[in-house]
Amino acid sequence: MSPSVAELLLQRLEREAAGPDGGLCSLEAAAALGLDHQTLVGAVKSLQALGEVIEAEARAATRWELSPEGAEVLRDGSAEVRLFRSLPAEGLPQSDAMKLPGGSVGFSKAMANKWLRLEKGAPGGPRVFRAVAEVQDGVQESLRRVQRGEAESLPERDRAELKRRKLLLEVTLKSYWIRKGSAFSTAVARQETELTPEMIATGSWRQRPFKPYNFSALGLPPACGHLHPLLKVRSQLRQIFLEMGFTEMPTDNFVESSFWNFDALFQPQQHPARDQHDTFFLQDPAEAPELPAGYTAKVKKVHSQGGYGSQGYKYEWRLEEARRNLLRTHTTSASARVLYQLARQEKFSPVKYFSIDRVFRNESLDATHLAEFHQVEGVVADRGLTLGHLMGILRQFFTKLGITQLRFKPAYNPYTEPSMEVFSYHKGLKKWVEVGNSGVFRPELLLPMGLPENVSVIAWGLSLERPTMIKYGINNIRELVGHRVNLQMVYDSPLCRLDA
Amino acid sequence: MPTVSVKRDLLFQALGRTYTDEEFNELCFEFGLELDEITSEKDIISKEKGEEKAKGASDTVLYKIDVPANRYDLLCLEGLVRGLQVFKERINLPRYEKIIPAQGEGQRLIITEETVQVRPHAVAAVLRNINFTKERYDSFIDLQEKLHQNICRRRALVAIGTHDLDTISGPFTFTAKAPSEIKFKPLNQSQEYTASQIMDLYRTDSHLRHYLHLIENKPLYPVIYDSNGVVLSMPPIINGDHTKISVNTRNVFVECTGTDITKAKIVLDIIVTMFSEYCEKPFSVEAAEVVYPNGKTHIYPELAYRKEKVKPELINKKIGISETPSSLAKLLTRMCLKSHVTGNGNNIEIEIPPTRADIIHACDIVEDAAIAYGYNNIQMTIPKTYTIANQLPLNKLTELLRLDLAAAGFTEALTFALCSQEDIADKLGMDISATKAVRIANPKTAEFQVARTTLLPGLLKTIAANRKMPLPLKLFEISDIVVKDPNTDVGARNYRHFCAVYYNKSPGFEIIHGLLDRVMQLLEVPPNEENGYTIKATEGSAFFPGRCAEIFAKGQSIGKLGVLHPDVITKFELTMPCSALEINIEPFV
Repeated sequence: MSPSVAELLLQRLEREAAGPDGGLCSLEAAAALGLDHQTLVGAVKSLQALGEVIEAEARAATRWELSPEGAEVLRDGSAEVRLFRSLPAEGLPQSDAMKLPGGSVGFSKAMANKWLRLEKGAPGGPRVFRAVAEVQDGVQESLRRVQRGEAESLPERDRAELKRRKLLLEVTLKSYWIRKGSAFSTAVARQETELTPEMIATGSWRQRPFKPYNFSALGLPPACGHLHPLLKVRSQLRQIFLEMGFTEMPTDNFVESSFWNFDALFQPQQHPARDQHDTFFLQDPAEAPELPAGYTAKVKKVHSQGGYGSQGYKYEWRLEEARRNLLRTHTTSASARVLYQLARQEKFSPVKYFSIDRVFRNESLDATHLAEFHQVEGVVADRGLTLGHLMGILRQFFTKLGITQLRFKPAYNPYTEPSMEVFSYHKGLKKWVEVGNSGVFRPELLLPMGLPENVSVIAWGLSLERPTMIKYGINNIRELVGHRVNLQMVYDSPLCRLDA
Repeated sequence: MPTVSVKRDLLFQALGRTYTDEEFNELCFEFGLELDEITSEKDIISKEKGEEKAKGASDTVLYKIDVPANRYDLLCLEGLVRGLQVFKERINLPRYEKIIPAQGEGQRLIITEETVQVRPHAVAAVLRNINFTKERYDSFIDLQEKLHQNICRRRALVAIGTHDLDTISGPFTFTAKAPSEIKFKPLNQSQEYTASQIMDLYRTDSHLRHYLHLIENKPLYPVIYDSNGVVLSMPPIINGDHTKISVNTRNVFVECTGTDITKAKIVLDIIVTMFSEYCEKPFSVEAAEVVYPNGKTHIYPELAYRKEKVKPELINKKIGISETPSSLAKLLTRMCLKSHVTGNGNNIEIEIPPTRADIIHACDIVEDAAIAYGYNNIQMTIPKTYTIANQLPLNKLTELLRLDLAAAGFTEALTFALCSQEDIADKLGMDISATKAVRIANPKTAEFQVARTTLLPGLLKTIAANRKMPLPLKLFEISDIVVKDPNTDVGARNYRHFCAVYYNKSPGFEIIHGLLDRVMQLLEVPPNEENGYTIKATEGSAFFPGRCAEIFAKGQSIGKLGVLHPDVITKFELTMPCSALEINIEPFV
C-alpha cells in the first residue's frame, strides 16, 4: 500500500527541526511533494484532528502570477517592442502605424520610451519613424522573472506598473505553517472511523487508532411514530380515573336527542343553551325515533308541573322539542343514560363513573374555542354524599393533575344544585383561574329516573384541551386539534407527566 | 351568564362603604358572582371604536359583574346592593307589598280573543309616585334590557313595556290586529307609521331587527291601546312614543306580554320589586287587574311569598356540616330567604320571596345555606364509596392499538368529527346520498355541514397542512365516524374506525399493506380465509383502478386499502402518491 498524503507529510516534516522556528510551509511542501495544495491541506486537517501530532498555523500569503495577457507578452514580447520591430526604417503614417502589431498601446508606450519620433509636418499627415536603432524588451524580461518565481526580486514600482497593465495578478493564498506537535510521530496511521466485524474477528482493533467522536453534536433522530399530545393527556386522565376506581361510561354516540341532552337533565325547553346559536341541530335524522316511554312522561311532568318536592318550571313541555336530534353539547347526556340504567337495576349499588369524549358547540370560533372539544367528566352516585365529599374528591383528582391550590365558587348550572366552579391559583398569571365545574345533580333529574331518594349524585367536568394547552404551552387551539395541527409539534412533544 | 355593568362609586355609596378591587372581588367570589372586568365608558369606546372617538367619554369606573343566569334579582344595581347588604347583615330584607286600589279605581288591562294566536298572555302593575334620578332611570331601562336578553329569551317569551301612566287613561286593551290597521308614532320617531311600515323601518336597526321575526309572519300583530285609542306598545317590537317615560315620570304603568305566563309573572315581579324602592311608599306596588277573554280576572303582580319547610339535618347532611337549626336559619336569612326554626328545632320554615323564582326545590335552599356558610369553609372528605374500576372494552382496545401503531412508525393525528359534505363525498368521488351521512341543520360555515363518515379526509387535510414536513408522512387516527342507522333510538350511531395513510414519492402500497398485516397480527387474526383475514381486489371511487382491495375478517367486510386515485390526491391539494387503509375495529373488541 502506497503511503498516504498524511504519511508523506509527516515524513517530510520529520526532517525539520522542532520548536517555533522549524517547520514547513504547506505551499512549499505541496510543491515539493508534487501534490495539489488542497490535498495537502486535507491531510493537515486530518492530522490536526488526532491531537498533538502536528501544529498548523493558518497563514495568508500573496503570490504574483501572470495574467493571460502577461503570458502572451512573455511569449510574443511586449506591445511596444512588437510595434517598434514592425516599423519599417522609412517610417509610416501615424494612422498606419496604429494598425501594426502592438497597436495603440504599443504606440503610446514606445512614444513614452522615446523609441519613436513623430513628424507632424510630414507631407500626407503625421509620420512615425524609429528614434533609436535597437530596443530591449524589459517588460518581457520582468515577466520571465515572475514566471521563474522571482517576483520578489523585481522593484516594487515595476510590479505595480505590470499589475496596472493587467499583466500581473496578485493572488492571496491561504496556507499553513506546519510544525511538529508535542506528540509528533511519523507512525501515525490512518484513523478508523468505526469498529468493523473484521476488526473484531481479527483483533486488529487492538492496533488501530480510532477517530474521536464529536460528542457535542446531536445524534440521529430515531425513525419513529408519535402519539398526539392531546390524546397523551387523555390517556393520563383515564389513568387517573382508573386509579381512583372510576368505571368508564360508553360515550360513542355523537348524535343525541334533545331529550337526553337537555330534558332528562331538567334543562327547560326555552333554555338559552337550546338555541340555534349554541347547539348543532340535525337536519337528517332530524328526530329521534324512540324515547323511553314511561320515563319521558315523568320528565314531562317534572318540567311542566313539578313533583318530587319541586315546583317545576311551569311551562308547556313539548314532545317534538324533546325528539329533536342534535350533536351532544356535553357528555352529561351519556351520564344521564348511564344513571337511567343504574336506576333500572333491581337493587341500587354505588358507582363511580367517568368519560372523556367529544362534544359539539355551535359557537363562534377563536384561538381557544373550536366547534368541537373533549369533555372530561366524573360522576359518583351513592347514599348520603355531601358537598364536602364532592370537594374532597375534586381535591384528590386535581392533585393527581398537578393542581394543588383549589378554591370553590358558587355557580349556576341548570342540572346541578348546589353547583360550584373550581378555581386554581395560576402561578404564571398570578390569579385564580377556573379549571372545572361541578355540582350535585338535582333531584328533579334523579327521581324521575327511579333512583332511591337518599341517593346523591355528585359530578364534575372540565375540558381536555385547556389543561393540555397549558401543559404544552400552546396558545392557538388550532395548532393542537384538527387538521391544521403542526406535526413538528406532535413529533417534539414530551411525555405527559401531569403531576411532575 | 349575564353581565351587569354598574358604576363603582354609585355601588359603594349604596353599599355604605368602599372596597379595594381585591376586596370587592373576594366578596363577589364568596357570593357566587364574578367581578369580570374593571373598566370605564371611555375604555369601552376606546377599545371598540378607537381612542379618537373615546375623547370626552366618561371615565367613571365601571364594574362588570357576572351574575348567575337564574338570579334575575341581581340584574341591576338595586338588586345587587339589596342582595349583598342582606348577605352582610347590614339591612333586613324588605317586604314587598301589593296595594289593591279601591273598587273601580285601579288600572285594568283587557285581553281580547285575537291575541291567542300570537301572544296570549299579559300581566300589568303600576309603580305609583316614583322618584327617578338620571341613574335610577338608566338602571330601570338597563334592567328591562337585561331581562329581555335572558329570562325573556330575546323577547320571544316575554316583552316588557313601561309607560307614563299620566299620559294615558285606562282601561287598556291588549288585542291583535292586521298590520295595516295598526298605526302609531313609535318610540323616538317623529311621525306615524303603520305596523307594516314599522317592520320595514326597523329591518336594518341593529337592535330591533332581531325581534321582527317573532311576529312578522303572523296575520295579526299584538297591540295595546288605552281607552282613547292611544297605542301603548306593539309587543314585542316597540312602544309608542306617546307614553314614553322620562326622569320626570311619576307613575309608571308596567305591562309584560308573552307566550309563557310563568315567566311573564316572574319578570313583572322582578321589575316592581327592584324599583318600588323609589316609590313614595317604598317597596309597595299598585296592583292592576287583567281581564281574560273568558271574562275571568286576575290581580297582578303576584308578589307571592311561599313557605317551605326543610329539616335542619337534611341541610347539614347534604352539605357535610353540622350547624344548629338556628344557625342554619340565620344563614338562609342572609340569602334573602327569611327563615326561622319551628317545631322544637325539627324544622326550619323558610319564606321564599317573590324575587327568588329560582328557588324551586329544597336543594336550592340547601345551596343557599352552603353559600352563606362559605363553600371554602366546608370540610373536605373522601366518600367511602368502594368501587372496582372497569375500562370500556372499545376504548381499551383503542388505547392498546394506538401505542402499537406509533411503535410501527406512524404518527397519530386528531381530526375534526365535523366537516363539509364535499370532504366526505365529492372529493372522494362519491355521491353524498351514498354516504349515509348525518347532516347538520344550522351550520355557521361549510366546515360543519355533516358528521364525518370516514377518517380519510381528515388525515389527507392534515397532510395538506403539513406539506413542508419531510417525506414520507405516515399518519394514523383511531376515532369515531357517524352514520345514520334507523335501528338506534336516535337514528344514528358511531363506529370506531382506524385509518392510516402513507404519503411519499412512491405510493408505498406494500407499507400500508404491511401495516394491515401488523395490526392483524396484534389482534391475533391470522392471514387465512377460514378464521382469519383476507384482502380481495375491488374497486373504490377513492382508489386508483386496480390498486384497491377490500378487507374481510370475522366473516364480514371491515374496510378497504389501496393507492389513492390521483383525482382524490389533487382535490385534497396534495402532489405525491398516497396509499391508505381504513377499517372498522369494532368486530375485534
